[in-house]
Amino acid sequence: MSVIETELKNLMIAGLNGDAAAHRCLLERLARHLRGYYKGRLARIGRSATEAEDLVQEALLAIHTRRHTYDPTELLTPWVHAIARYKLIDHLRRTRASLGDVPIDAAADITAQDDHGSTESAYDLDRLLGQLPDKMRRAIRCVKLDGLSVEEAASRCGISASAVKVNVHRGLKALAAAIAAEKRRHEDG
Amino acid sequence: MKTDDLISMLSMNVERVDHRRVVRAVGAGVAVSTAAAVAAMLFVFGVRTDLMEVDALAFLLLKLVFTVGTLVLASIYLLRLARPGGERRISITFMALPFVGIMLLAAVSLAFAPVAHWNKMAMGGQWFECLLSIPIIAITPFAVIVWAVRRMAPTDLVRTGALAGMIAGAVSATGYALHCVDDSLPFVALWYGGAIAFCTLAGALLGPRLLRW
Repeated sequence: MSVIETELKNLMIAGLNGDAAAHRCLLERLARHLRGYYKGRLARIGRSATEAEDLVQEALLAIHTRRHTYDPTELLTPWVHAIARYKLIDHLRRTRASLGDVPIDAAADITAQDDHGSTESAYDLDRLLGQLPDKMRRAIRCVKLDGLSVEEAASRCGISASAVKVNVHRGLKALAAAIAAEKRRHEDG
Repeated sequence: MKTDDLISMLSMNVERVDHRRVVRAVGAGVAVSTAAAVAAMLFVFGVRTDLMEVDALAFLLLKLVFTVGTLVLASIYLLRLARPGGERRISITFMALPFVGIMLLAAVSLAFAPVAHWNKMAMGGQWFECLLSIPIIAITPFAVIVWAVRRMAPTDLVRTGALAGMIAGAVSATGYALHCVDDSLPFVALWYGGAIAFCTLAGALLGPRLLRW
């Protein structure tokens, strides 16, 4: 078992148990791997670094909102690779590139590295949040951006703590959907 | 948006996640859709009236072995396909097993029957009703299964859709079996098998549209 796999898997399992620091560390490391993966593949077919960064963020959002689909008895890297590759193929299909452009790759390719994090994606977080229903936007702002605890957010919004959790959860999914919708509009227009 | 900002957002107040959610959601989906199919049968079609007779009851059990067997097998596969990369660890050819099994049984039962009976055995009295009813009853179960799988992350949408269709077809055939009075193996192989295969194909075609994430 590679060292990277073991380290990432430990971080993932800690994150699944609610360890925010481990989850953050996992996402930071995965972002570097994903950047290397997408840049390598998109550069070969002449796509920009912004496009790669869009995909890095989409994949991170998917990894976060769908982390309940990870089975802790299995390896983590193939799970991440399957998500990364799914998002890449979906992206190329939407931008009408031929699937022949996706090189055959192995799960180990996902452990490529790229530390260059200064590229921004084309997404504007404030505008994306603006498209969400009021309840979800407020919950995400309080809990995810202002860093309030779920209980503090609940008393500020005047709703129950579990309602805050549900709104954050749904809001993140809606955010991922808003990104996908923006992408479709961008490509059709 | 900077990726670092996204990461800060995602790792603020991280919730504990229950990794058994996949199993529970698929289980609940199958249970709810079975209830829907049985209810449709009870209130629209009606249970066959001869269930007190041993022969009828025995044949009903045989039909149920086929439909429930298909359902269980397809559900186990769906549990794998619902997770990213699940398609790499399974061979979909095993899904043909219940169909091959019932066809072999049907062939054996035809071999032991006089040729003059073959037509009656294969077509039964209600083959058209059977072929039409199973896909129609399957619509609600299909919607329920798709709803459950959309909360997961399948990466092979054609196969996942096909399995969702197969589960819906098998659930629906399970309900329909309580109503159907055509008791012959060739009938079950042809029309139950055919209707479930049709649902599977429809699911495969709809999967990429319905399950995208």
